[in-house]
Amino acid sequence: MLIQGLLAVLLFQLLGELIVVTFLLPVPGPVLGMVMLLVALLSLRRVPVAVRSVSEGLLSNLALLFVPAGVGLVLHFDLLRDEWWIILIALILSSVGAAVITALIFAALLQRQRRRAKG
Amino acid sequence: MLPVTEFWVYFAAQPLLWIVLTLGVYSAAFAIHRWAGRSPLLHPVLVSMVVLIGLLLLTETPYQTYFSGAQFIHFLLGPATVAIAVPLFDYFAKIRQLWLPILVACVTGAFSAAAIAVAVAWFFDARMETLLSIAPKSVTSPIALGISQKIGGFPELSAALCLVTGVSGSLLVPSVLKALRIEDEETQGFVLGLTSHGFGTAVALETGALAGAFAGLAMGLTGLITALMLPALVALV
Repeated sequence: MLIQGLLAVLLFQLLGELIVVTFLLPVPGPVLGMVMLLVALLSLRRVPVAVRSVSEGLLSNLALLFVPAGVGLVLHFDLLRDEWWIILIALILSSVGAAVITALIFAALLQRQRRRAKG
Repeated sequence: MLPVTEFWVYFAAQPLLWIVLTLGVYSAAFAIHRWAGRSPLLHPVLVSMVVLIGLLLLTETPYQTYFSGAQFIHFLLGPATVAIAVPLFDYFAKIRQLWLPILVACVTGAFSAAAIAVAVAWFFDARMETLLSIAPKSVTSPIALGISQKIGGFPELSAALCLVTGVSGSLLVPSVLKALRIEDEETQGFVLGLTSHGFGTAVALETGALAGAFAGLAMGLTGLITALMLPALVALV
């Protein structure tokens, strides 16, 4: 069961990578694989049990998968020594700015849609 | 019996040691996080990174040696990205109902997150590599790694910046929402997922299941939109 689910996910990733390489697309292969799997699930109208269990297994341990790349920070210590404060200011301002913009737009559009649904 | 140093020399060259250490350190960090009341500052990924980087520096092990083992864990990021299709499928009815607000807010939000970060870094004369690595920082890490690779940033730096964004965002964004008097769960979850991806989704889930669902949706869509938008923008510039 688990093998079929893993195979399905890997096949969609492979398909995504193949299309990206063939047509020189700017999107990461797995992202295209995700879109194609979503389309496949929508046309199937359900999630096969094997696919769901593999997906839940991978996503519930998602944080662990970042660790190897995160440790790679050790390669960029010289860049960080010079620019860590710029990066920190940029990250904080961007999070706050994007949160304000998104919250105002989304709340306004949501309210408009609800008013319309009522009226 | 072999002396300890020779054991180390033998096993340090094997992938197995680094897989076991990564899993072991993460499990311990996970337990500490839970014990400390899930403070975002003690997130298991951050704690694991600090411990493992310290270990590599202490034993003078090159990152390449570490990665020869850790790559087997790293590989799973690709399948994990594909697997996000399943929660997106689950929320699809709600997405279809609210597709216009979701799409408009997600495009403007994803664009402003990347644009503000790059503009601030550019204002302070950061290097080109920093600018390219900081651009995908609001996106969930597996997607950000792929984007960073595509546009010529440092994938490892982008991954770390995503983690820092997640931590700082999940600490800051709830106060921003409070200041704006945003009270509905949909908007709260959506904003948390958009700005702080997985970390924000975890915070949103504490508010409620609806907020969690919208956070997961915003996280997936922001990843998708940024993946489509950034490489095209970089090619233009």
